[in-house]
Amino acid sequence: MASRIFGSAIKRREDPRLVTGQAKYTDDFVLPGMVYMSVVRSPYAHARIRRIDTKKAAAMPGVLGVFTGQQMKDAGFGPIPCAWVVPGSDTKTPPYPPIAIDTVRYVGNAVAIIIAGDRYQARDAVDAVDVDYEPLAVTVDAFRATQKGEPQLHGDVPDNICFHWKVSGGDVESAFKSADVVVKDHIINQRLIPNAMEPRAALAQYASAAGEITLWSTTQNPHIARFLLSLDTGTPEHKIRVIAPEVGGGFGSKIPHYPEDSMAVFASKMVNRPVKWTESRSENYRSTIHGRDHIQDVELAAKKDGTIVGLRAKVWANLGAYLSTASTGIPTILHGLMLSGVYKIPNIHEDVYGVFTNTTPVDAYRGAGRPEATFIVERLVDLLARELKMDPVDLRRKNLIPPFTDGYTVATGLVYDTGNYEGALNKALAIADYPKLRTQQKEMLAKGQYMGIGLCTYAEICGLGPSQVAGAVGFGGGLWESAIVRFHPSGKVNVMVGISPHGQGEETTFAQIVASELGVGVDDVEITHGDTDQTPMGWGTYGSRSTAVGSGALMGAIGKIKEKARLVTAHLLEAAPDDIDYADGKFFVKGSPDKFKTIQDVALMANVAWNMPKGVEPGLEASSFFDPPNFVYPFGAHIAVVQVDAETGEIALKRYIAVDDCGRVINPMIVEGQIHGGIAQGVGQALWEGAVYDDQGQLLTGSMMDYAVPKAEFFPKFELAMTETPTSVNPLGVKGIGETGTIASTPAVYNAVADALAPLGVKTINMPLTPERVWRAIREARR
Amino acid sequence: MFAAPFDYHRPRTVAEAIKILREVKGSRVLAGGHSLLPAMKLRLASPAALVDISRIEELNGIRSAKDGLQIGALTTHAALAASDAVRKSCPVLAETAGQIGDLQVRNRGTIGGSVAHADPGADYPTLMLLLDARFTAADGKTREIAAEKFFVDLFTTSLKPGELLTSITVPATDGAAVYLKHRHPASSFAVVGVAALVRMKDGKCGDVRVAVGGATAVPIRAKAAERALAGQAPTAANIERAAAAVGESLKNPISDSYASGEFRVHLATVMAKRALAHVTRGG
Repeated sequence: MASRIFGSAIKRREDPRLVTGQAKYTDDFVLPGMVYMSVVRSPYAHARIRRIDTKKAAAMPGVLGVFTGQQMKDAGFGPIPCAWVVPGSDTKTPPYPPIAIDTVRYVGNAVAIIIAGDRYQARDAVDAVDVDYEPLAVTVDAFRATQKGEPQLHGDVPDNICFHWKVSGGDVESAFKSADVVVKDHIINQRLIPNAMEPRAALAQYASAAGEITLWSTTQNPHIARFLLSLDTGTPEHKIRVIAPEVGGGFGSKIPHYPEDSMAVFASKMVNRPVKWTESRSENYRSTIHGRDHIQDVELAAKKDGTIVGLRAKVWANLGAYLSTASTGIPTILHGLMLSGVYKIPNIHEDVYGVFTNTTPVDAYRGAGRPEATFIVERLVDLLARELKMDPVDLRRKNLIPPFTDGYTVATGLVYDTGNYEGALNKALAIADYPKLRTQQKEMLAKGQYMGIGLCTYAEICGLGPSQVAGAVGFGGGLWESAIVRFHPSGKVNVMVGISPHGQGEETTFAQIVASELGVGVDDVEITHGDTDQTPMGWGTYGSRSTAVGSGALMGAIGKIKEKARLVTAHLLEAAPDDIDYADGKFFVKGSPDKFKTIQDVALMANVAWNMPKGVEPGLEASSFFDPPNFVYPFGAHIAVVQVDAETGEIALKRYIAVDDCGRVINPMIVEGQIHGGIAQGVGQALWEGAVYDDQGQLLTGSMMDYAVPKAEFFPKFELAMTETPTSVNPLGVKGIGETGTIASTPAVYNAVADALAPLGVKTINMPLTPERVWRAIREARR
Repeated sequence: MFAAPFDYHRPRTVAEAIKILREVKGSRVLAGGHSLLPAMKLRLASPAALVDISRIEELNGIRSAKDGLQIGALTTHAALAASDAVRKSCPVLAETAGQIGDLQVRNRGTIGGSVAHADPGADYPTLMLLLDARFTAADGKTREIAAEKFFVDLFTTSLKPGELLTSITVPATDGAAVYLKHRHPASSFAVVGVAALVRMKDGKCGDVRVAVGGATAVPIRAKAAERALAGQAPTAANIERAAAAVGESLKNPISDSYASGEFRVHLATVMAKRALAHVTRGG
């Protein structure tokens, strides 16, 4: 880190191609002979398929084929695999056929596919497929679906309970028995729709002569996609190439291996042409995964002085109709283990029921499990403060885990890496001028105006993660990363990585790392990712892992390059390798800094190999794999200030202060960008967003006309600051920052609104906090 | 997002447009395309033919009329918002046009398209009712339709099949007027829009007009509220009492997953109070 490039806010190299329209997304690729796929989808949330008549559709202009689930099965295509089965939870994994065969289980469930010459022909033929449905009873609510008399989705899953997972630490029963005070809440952490700017797409080319598949896909993890595709298509992994070209955001929704990926491959095989499918936004809302959707009964036990002694929760997590790729891990491992938050809570117990319902499958959405945990603990802490008439800051201070640099074990068993929670809180309070805000609040209340101040102090688990832990918790893959650093004779560098960024900016930050470490210009480094034929194996980009884990692999490769450069330099300068030092891009003889070779000198000499040291191979290239010893735990403190119009129920977000700590910062502008987007999505959950189903399983918020994705004008200017507490988990001391905003901002804003409404006697309101809900809550409280 | 097949016509004159509308079965008028095209892409609408009137010069522009302005049906929201003539003759119309959707919508969407579509969440219908605007329709001969007769039901106007809306005449406003809206956070359409106009007379409210949109299938004049304030001094208490009568005029309010009918009526009441306070401020 000799150079100033590390830590500087250089502009993202990704942006010129994005803002000029030169970036190529999956839908931009056109292959000779390419045809189009459209999907016939169920309008019913639950129905038996009596008959599918495809004759009329098959005779439509331009139609090359109409295929059903049965045909796909007969062609040897298997069910979509679930890649995460959490041990000890009695998880049922009913089959997930890519195209429904006899039963549809949610609105949007595929029942047939059309292959046609152009998109219009493909779409027209959808309406011509005649499906005879026998509608069945529908269940959509995760709690209700477990009750007697509700329809059962899968034959072998009684009461629709897919799993019952438990986490326990300490003795929660005794803690609650001996507590002075217990606060409770019933939380609905509502279902959200991820809304990546680019919808999903798949372009499949089956080459029959070689038996090879190439799939261009909107995936966050092409190597996982290839692995899973090999399982359900029957084509072996070495005959599959998955390419993730430009991917326009994912937020977790592009982690799963989706039915349409397999359908496109199947279709290409059937019609012997490249087949492209691109979903419409309406399709996206119904057939791309949703996030969150928990019903939670939660309680917190404490002593009179505010010392927290226990936390207990019972959660019904809606999984939707089928198990998406990582769905079972989200409401368990990534959720329940984080219930201690940033507090010393000696006794914790949680029961989680994963429940099937007649809704779109639920999987990872930005934060994935951790927002659902952080909201519980941050909400309960505020309720406890109110119950004890303590300032929420004082109550937090009393219970915060003190600063630590060598690991802190919480009751759920996790070992947090490093933290200084009070440091972040103090900084946020200083920026907010907290005492002044409280004074202002009192003055406004005297005038009949309702201002609220909300806090969230959080830590989160990310940088997924040690592969041994991944295996132990039932994740069907590893979680290490890899990198290849290749120097060309001219000293320019290509880096190939296993991660697959799609908006996170690692093409820039990884170039900054290479430039800083090896003394090359940042523009002399090119980062290649997202193509299984061009990049080494890696597990992809999600769980704020790309920099936290990927940079470890990159640093490993850089270390090997440095080591080889030392040998080459020593040989060229006729010195002993141990006498060669490195600083500021120069390999020099100790004590004689004017005797040196630059990395460019070494790259040339190693590549021409005219004069290599004995036993040293030519070339300057290194590859490395990195499996971290632990997860990383970024943290911070967020403060929201709101004003509530008690007449209309409208909420105005007046200020938003965020202090985040992601360890060492490679590029502060990119970190801020991640925080901005995260805050917007998290506040979106608190105030505007929510997927709503009616009792027949119809999605009422089926388009952007109804589902409120936040707009820039809804927000004040964010007031951001950072603290830097490096981790020892990876060589650079970096932690993930992709999800902190969504984890912290939902409770911060919710707590602010609750704070504003407390003088009116309002206790709890369901999210999103729409004007009508706020108005009704005020009216109820006044009665 | 692929529309069903349709034919396309691009007439250059009103006469030609009317002829096509009359002769081509299942044809529909395309102006700015901001309501019809999304419906077609979702296949909620599948017209057999589109009659694109966007090149008909005579439908564009803002002209002086006897008692105000005659606004061509093709005039965009952006043009209305920026027009000096509109700002002078009817400032509330310019302000309202400037609040519609976003910049792209305002650059493409037209006043004629908006009122003829008669979306309950649209802004113009409420304002047109408030201002006693008149709608000129042509189908060979022309007729003028009063605003209160123009909006018939959800997405339904009194325009007859084959009839083309050519212009809207908006009388000059004398008196202070305002349009307030509660925007839907997703669509930006008005969940409730309230327009108010008060002409003061000797320190008291003379003519009082309140129109409410979004809450019901078509915009409605809140006549009980108007009567309650007419002739009264614009005190906070009088305004509050008048606004409380708004609900009497809102029968069968619209309910959806964002706002119930009850809440829409409540919003209309609060917004009417604020609108009336605004237009009588200093009066």
